[in-house]
Amino acid sequence: MSSLKIENLSASVGDENILNNLNFNLPKGEVHAIMGPNGSGKSTLSKVLAGHPDYKISEGSAQLNDTELLGLTPDEISRLGLFLAFQYPIEVPGVSIANFIRAALQSRLPEGENFKAVDFYKELYQKMDELKMDRAFTSRSMNEGFSGGEKKRCEILQMSMLNPKYCILDETDSGLDIDALRIVSEGVNRMRGSNRGILVITHYQRLLDYIVPDKVHVMWEGRIVRTGNKELALELEEKGYDWIKEEVATA
Amino acid sequence: MIQPSNIEVDREKGNFHYPTSKYAFDAGVGLSDDVIKYISDVKKEQDWILDFRLKAHSIFQKKPMPTHWASKDLHNIDFDVIRYYLAQGQQPSRTWDEVPEDIKNTFERLGIPEQERKFLAGVEAQFDSEAAYSRMKEDLEKEGVIFVGSTEGLRDYPEIFKKWFGKVIPSSDNKFSALNSAVFSGGSFIYVPPGVKLAQPLQAYFRINAENFGQFERTLIIADEGSEITYMEGCTAPKFETSTLHSAVVELVALKGAKIQYITVQNWSNNVFNLVTKRAMAEEEAEVRWIDCNIGSRLTMKYPGVVLRGRKARGEVLSIALANDGQHQDTGAKMVHAASETSSNVIAKSVSIGHGRSSYRGLVQIPGHLKYCKNNTECDALLINNDSQTDTYPAISIQGDDNSVQHEASVSKVSAEQIFYMQQRGLNQSEAMSLYVNGFVNDLIREFPMEYSVELKRLIDLEMEGSVG
Repeated sequence: MSSLKIENLSASVGDENILNNLNFNLPKGEVHAIMGPNGSGKSTLSKVLAGHPDYKISEGSAQLNDTELLGLTPDEISRLGLFLAFQYPIEVPGVSIANFIRAALQSRLPEGENFKAVDFYKELYQKMDELKMDRAFTSRSMNEGFSGGEKKRCEILQMSMLNPKYCILDETDSGLDIDALRIVSEGVNRMRGSNRGILVITHYQRLLDYIVPDKVHVMWEGRIVRTGNKELALELEEKGYDWIKEEVATA
Repeated sequence: MIQPSNIEVDREKGNFHYPTSKYAFDAGVGLSDDVIKYISDVKKEQDWILDFRLKAHSIFQKKPMPTHWASKDLHNIDFDVIRYYLAQGQQPSRTWDEVPEDIKNTFERLGIPEQERKFLAGVEAQFDSEAAYSRMKEDLEKEGVIFVGSTEGLRDYPEIFKKWFGKVIPSSDNKFSALNSAVFSGGSFIYVPPGVKLAQPLQAYFRINAENFGQFERTLIIADEGSEITYMEGCTAPKFETSTLHSAVVELVALKGAKIQYITVQNWSNNVFNLVTKRAMAEEEAEVRWIDCNIGSRLTMKYPGVVLRGRKARGEVLSIALANDGQHQDTGAKMVHAASETSSNVIAKSVSIGHGRSSYRGLVQIPGHLKYCKNNTECDALLINNDSQTDTYPAISIQGDDNSVQHEASVSKVSAEQIFYMQQRGLNQSEAMSLYVNGFVNDLIREFPMEYSVELKRLIDLEMEGSVG
């Protein structure tokens, strides 16, 4: 089945268990949101799925269209079609945006196929225009000296250029002003489609006004404790997370 | 006595060895006055050159190894087993057809494409110690540019070259300049007449091809008043079973208002001692720029320098060094300000991989009686693995209130998060590392001519393979 499917996933960093028997399914063509208070394990989930070496998986599975991700290297996972938009994008000094994206695309190029530079720039410029990024940005070093908004736009630019099957956006709304939030959200919405699954991780309901999810999940203590439709996000916004914590505690 | 260390040599990398038939002239192994006389005789040199060689030999014998400051690994050079002269007994060829087939094979293997040769303004390729192929485009000759080997230069144009030969770098400068002065052969001698500006760079490709054969090429470039020249040298060494010594001397003379740019890309095999003395003299308003990229070798010691002799002269060294396992890149720059209003700029970047070690040695001198002199020095080191090493030895002597010097140094490491970020975009670990290293040296690589920057990128990729994990 075409989905990003996580079953009974438990993971730890050091001595600390962060994910506890987590179950979650994101079918192709849908947009889901995971919400939850700080420390509930949202960012860990995104890093574990992307193959970050710091996390130890004790059990469970994570499958991308029936291919097991756990145990693969981050680059293998990326090339299978999973893209992670980072909460804190990393600087790569001296490597321009254009060269960085080009290298990422080349790593996906089938053996013997040549990179088409003209087509690449045409597409890159078009997508930068859509994200209202100055074309001069192509020669800027990756994330070096970028404002918070510029970094997040650059993540969305990479995401749209790499054409992933599943996207995880980790707190993409943090550090964005209202205009940047709108532009970035429009970029994500352009990528919605029947062939792609998108997972939006966020603290706040605000982002979900722009990227309207098909389903909302609430995460607490390393697992999904509640799943609902988009109204669940509004309820959380209004009542906070405490009522969910209490519910979990009494259950 | 220090025992030779066990150095892991990847014997497939840089395996460019091709068997060559007989050497018509062979001075045997070891160094003596007789060997020097023999070399001089074979080259049919004038007496003053033989005297110059013999004097240099006695200086070489007297000078101790500079191991009080340099690597003790120098003690592992056994001068008695080195072959100091070797040639195929042929005159430098003038046309491509005259170049022997086995040498053409070597060029093929080095990947100098046919098409590129056409664009070269004049190629002088050193095969072993004599230039095997030397050709100049007619328009260069018409402009009065001389581009010959060292033997021809001293024999046919003494009135031009004798005046500066051994003056920028005297034989007594250091032990290895003395050695080179005693046994030099090959290299390029170039003269650019006043006002002539060469649009195309001159190139020399050269290589070493006999085991235990030290290569001692000698280069002298004189840019007369207001002239401009870019010279490029690139080396790809074949593999060897035992240590090999390469010890060149390169002298540049930029007369009033002249500009010289000297570009080197070196990729020696892991057993080569590469001990090179490079220095330039810049007269009034002249500009000299050394662009130097050192990859490979067991030990490289190289500190290109500029003596700024005339008012408003300008000197620059841009250098990139990559030290992999078992390699020590000991490189740097010397800027000697000897006139007012002179300026110098040094940007050095080094990458240490595995157990590799890179050292930066910089010397800047500005005496107190000069005014309005400026130096800027930046040295940045990148460490790839936990065992990688780097060290810096700046020696800055600046006096006088009107002079200024700026020195910045940094050491950085690639973080695990940076590698993860790049991997998340699809690059495997070694591609990620290559991209990072390319980014680190990117601003300097931009200064290289196009074909060199492509080659450099390829060399960096090759060096980064297997550096992680």
